[in-house]
Amino acid sequence: MTVPVQLKQLRREFGSTVALDGLDLDIAPGELVALLGPSGCGKTTALRIIAGFESADGGELLMDGQDVTSVPAHRRDIGMVFQSYSLFPNMTAAENVAYGLRVRGVSSGERAARAAELLDLVGLPGRGGHYPHQLSGGQQQRVALARALAIRPRVLLLDEPLSALDAKVRLTLREEIRRIQLELGITTVFVTHDQEEALSMADRVAVMRDGRLEQCAAPSELYDRPATPFVAEFVGTMNRVPGVVRDGSVVEVFGRRLPVHGDAVLGAGTEVDVLLRPEGFGVAPGGDAVVRVATFLGATTRLHVATASGLAVKVDVPSWEANGLTPGASCTVRPHEKPVLVAERAVPVG
Amino acid sequence: MARMTSRGPVLGIAALYFLVPVAASLWFTIAGADGIGFEVYAKGLGSDGLTTSLLRSVSIGLATVALGLLLMVPTVVAVALRLPKLRRVVEILCMMPLVVPPIALVAGVATVLSWQQDLAATPLYGTFQALINRDFPLILVIVYTVMSLPFLYRSLDAGLRSVDLRTLVEAARSLGASRTQTLLQVIAPNLRQAVMGGAVLSLAMVLGEYSVASVLGFEPFAVWMVNVGDSEAQLSVAAAMLSLLFTWGLLLLLTALAGGRTRSSSRSSSRSRSRSRSRKQRKTA
Repeated sequence: MTVPVQLKQLRREFGSTVALDGLDLDIAPGELVALLGPSGCGKTTALRIIAGFESADGGELLMDGQDVTSVPAHRRDIGMVFQSYSLFPNMTAAENVAYGLRVRGVSSGERAARAAELLDLVGLPGRGGHYPHQLSGGQQQRVALARALAIRPRVLLLDEPLSALDAKVRLTLREEIRRIQLELGITTVFVTHDQEEALSMADRVAVMRDGRLEQCAAPSELYDRPATPFVAEFVGTMNRVPGVVRDGSVVEVFGRRLPVHGDAVLGAGTEVDVLLRPEGFGVAPGGDAVVRVATFLGATTRLHVATASGLAVKVDVPSWEANGLTPGASCTVRPHEKPVLVAERAVPVG
Repeated sequence: MARMTSRGPVLGIAALYFLVPVAASLWFTIAGADGIGFEVYAKGLGSDGLTTSLLRSVSIGLATVALGLLLMVPTVVAVALRLPKLRRVVEILCMMPLVVPPIALVAGVATVLSWQQDLAATPLYGTFQALINRDFPLILVIVYTVMSLPFLYRSLDAGLRSVDLRTLVEAARSLGASRTQTLLQVIAPNLRQAVMGGAVLSLAMVLGEYSVASVLGFEPFAVWMVNVGDSEAQLSVAAAMLSLLFTWGLLLLLTALAGGRTRSSSRSSSRSRSRSRSRKQRKTA
């Protein structure tokens, strides 16, 4: 089975800035991979290289096993949805959807039928005659999605397609995009800086940093078994608490000895930071720690707890267990007995 | 209500400023010793000189607009997409005709045209002859194209700023459009209003231009009107009135062609661009 998209050691520099520093990534057929990372990590550059809008300074881009590094954008058979809606203002929604077919010389009847089919798919039946300015932002983005899909692209690229929309529309549309992607089984690369979007939509999330891939894994694996401290802290909420390595693979934190995640072997006595999720703690009433803030989040309540040593940690507890853990209440915080990730001790600021 | 009251006198003064000379000219052409009559208009419309010179001016004007657009549309698009650093340079170059007096420009052109005697034995002689063809002086098209650059550039630049050009081009390219298809089917229709705006201004400039044509010895409409005015003042003013109506009609036609879908399109693009801008601002914040 050929791999629809393969990035091999892609490199791109803008002056002295290295946007991509040897990026490797394989995307399987029908898979939705989200490129996630902070601003400037290279995710958009990678997407633009796949689209053919940027050229790589080094490395290879393979599509279905063929090197397309030097193939121009209009010959790549790629559908793309942009952050700004990018509909052609001089064309109706149906004309926009049919544009890719028009440039391919498809007959007008066939174009109209395909446009109607696609507009149905994206939930806009009967809106084909509307001009972009007569549609809402969410509707315009649906038309843009239909337009990208109309040409039956081998890969669909989504460049932060939801970031221009308001929260409610964003939520609905991301579910719609995922439904359509699964329905059509189309290989998709999705760039976002919103981790909730990435984790909820993608089969795999590729976390990038400084032009490199930190980890590419399923959302649950990324969250539960982050490969690096950067991924651990970038995805979800993480507490960084001081600990001491007791032997090669055990670390002592909050008076408890916990196994270290992964194969890292550290020297006994090394001072490290232990990375713990808010749900990785247990809280019991009474003790030398104090609840500073309690935020009700529905099923869980997030507590901001100050320990006796002055450490501030965020702890999530089931809301039904949070009775009595109000601000000012004393409590005890203990990490659950699970493997933890450790990082170099951060130098305290100030 | 207060705003309406303050607008009234301003509009009134502006209307007087515009209408009084027109009304005076009209009165001058229709009032005679025998009372009011339109004989001079009938004479003007029947005159060979008026039709010939007006058609010459219109054809020179349309050729100027065509050449100007052919030069400027690809240039401003290329600068916007590929060479944004050159934008200031192109802008300054295009604005030069505003600061160089036409008489200085024509002095240079006349000098170049005077070389034709020395080139009589070369193939370039034919080119010079074509340039100074009295029925359709190509040299005027070239000079007027240079003089229309500020109008075309300003108009096209404003048009380009009202659309998200880069994204539209990338969207078209990702859908399989070639560069030519992108230019003709996506960029040009969205610049229609800007193109028409520039065309209208350039055409108006050409139809009223006198000094360059006069110094070079050609007789488009403006020059014919002045020449006729020496001997037949009423006919000259009547011709000016007719040309005013003709030019208005032409400009209204071009404006109507620029309207329709494009008006709403550019509104939508501006809205989308302003959304995009506010998003960027939010991000920056």
